[in-house]
Amino acid sequence: MQARRNFRQNIPLYLMLAPAVVLVLIYSYTPMVGIVMAFQRVLPGKGIFGSPWVGWDNFIFVLQMPTFFQVLWNTLFIAGLKTIAGILVPVTVALMLNNVTGHAFKRTVQTIIYLPHFLSWVILAGIFIDILSPSDGVVNQMLGWVGIQPIFFLGNDKVFPWTMVATDVWKSFGFGTIVYLSALTDIDPALYEAAVVDGASRWKQTLYITLPGIAGTIIMLTTLSLGNILNAGFDQIFNLYSPLVYRTGDIIDTLVYRTGILNNQYGIATAVGLFKSVVSLILIGTAYKLAAKFADYRIF
Amino acid sequence: MNQKIVRLPFLQNILNLAILGIIALVCAFPILHTLALSLSSAGAAASGRVTIWPVEFTTQSYRFVLENPAFMKSFGISLQRVLVGVPVNMILTILVAYPLSRPIQKFRQRDFFAWFFLITVLFSGGLIPFYMVVRQTGLIDSFWALIIPGAVPVFNVILLVNTFRNIPRELEEAAAMDGAGHWTILFKVLIPMSIPILATLTLFVAVSHWNSWFDGLILMNSPEKYPLQSYLQTVIINPDPRFMSERDLALLRMISNRTTRAAQIFIAMIPIMVIYPFLQRFFVTGIKLGSVKG
Repeated sequence: MQARRNFRQNIPLYLMLAPAVVLVLIYSYTPMVGIVMAFQRVLPGKGIFGSPWVGWDNFIFVLQMPTFFQVLWNTLFIAGLKTIAGILVPVTVALMLNNVTGHAFKRTVQTIIYLPHFLSWVILAGIFIDILSPSDGVVNQMLGWVGIQPIFFLGNDKVFPWTMVATDVWKSFGFGTIVYLSALTDIDPALYEAAVVDGASRWKQTLYITLPGIAGTIIMLTTLSLGNILNAGFDQIFNLYSPLVYRTGDIIDTLVYRTGILNNQYGIATAVGLFKSVVSLILIGTAYKLAAKFADYRIF
Repeated sequence: MNQKIVRLPFLQNILNLAILGIIALVCAFPILHTLALSLSSAGAAASGRVTIWPVEFTTQSYRFVLENPAFMKSFGISLQRVLVGVPVNMILTILVAYPLSRPIQKFRQRDFFAWFFLITVLFSGGLIPFYMVVRQTGLIDSFWALIIPGAVPVFNVILLVNTFRNIPRELEEAAAMDGAGHWTILFKVLIPMSIPILATLTLFVAVSHWNSWFDGLILMNSPEKYPLQSYLQTVIINPDPRFMSERDLALLRMISNRTTRAAQIFIAMIPIMVIYPFLQRFFVTGIKLGSVKG
């Protein structure tokens, strides 16, 4: 009786949920069923119901691909460096901005450094391809003024991963900076006042008050980024790479795209994608557990 | 904060300001350079004389781009996408967030539904199965392929659920006493109290619709249905002659010079620049709710 009244009262709640539930079922859950393609040799026109099962063959094929471990390494390398730079640069800039007394200057710098965060990688790739060009790019032109030979930032496979890290930092450090700045404003001003009374220098204050004050935020964001270690940045790399730099620049997501969409090897592409999803899921799960434990972070 | 109490020593302060100034310059330079290129003559651009100011100022490139029907068509599709996609996203976000913000005693299935949505953030079928589902539902080459599959932004739902939960319960209970049902509580109590976060989310989904390029690229077969960013991706970043007709190739040769490329990039940035002041205003609210929820 109680349960039935409860249900009647909650009918509007189900109505509210219904459209979204249907859409998510179709476009998020049905593709999960499609994962079975990882264990099939998908034939054109037969779909997932008519194609023959091949067990673990696709995975064995992937593991035997000469490039697979290279691609896995590239992914970890680029994503790892981005994570490290993505902590160091924003924390440093936030601390520097925190020391600025002029309000207008602070605001102007903030305004300029956040802007790239909102621009797509298509637009940014268009800009970077132009300015990093070895023949007529303005960056190499400037390097020439100080006597440095032109560097093929996007076409030399030794330089390419570093170009990815640098351009990614360029795009996203402003966003990180604002996160840390907002954590900085939460530090109790009384701590600084006490430090001043004790005669602590600005540097000592940074070391003993400011850094410990934002340590929680740093730990939390670092832990959460662990779940992204197989995401080296598809949007960025897809728009900036070329066959010249596949050796160091090809990552799991770009490999999936080329085998699946361009070469129509659905089974193999799905197998690689599944590998990535499973590893990511384990990492994200671990990351959230750790974040909940050490930084008291909850999603809900 | 306490800036008046302690300042950096004079020299350190100058150094600090100088480095920050250089950082800001490094951020702004590529964008200013692109603007300068787009307003320079093709000759000046080709001979490398443009850095941060236009050389031999001309609006030729912009006129050329604005007369290109393919560019304008994609621009229109992107605008349409924002105008249709943002309301769809926002309505669904609100409708999902409300039930999930109810106390579990009142709505016992809450956690089931919360996990139902959350799982899709943690795990996905991957690119290929997703593509096949979109094809099965007949959306390939349709404008709705850009709207429907991504209609429920789960991350925004999480933000809004947290906002709704932080609104004092007494307000809802008072409304319920007066006989208000779920719909009334949502529209008369919760939404009016969440305007800042709703504004933030609206701007965010608008930016994300404007910036999306990959879905257009794989879900549209004919380039004349591309939204602007997908169009730019094929024309500027990755022109693939295999997929182009004779006419497209001729067009590509004409529009692939540096100044027109720069003009197209800059036009695609304009809408973001226009809403940027508003984005910035709501930015801190959004961030605080999003990433450092205590």
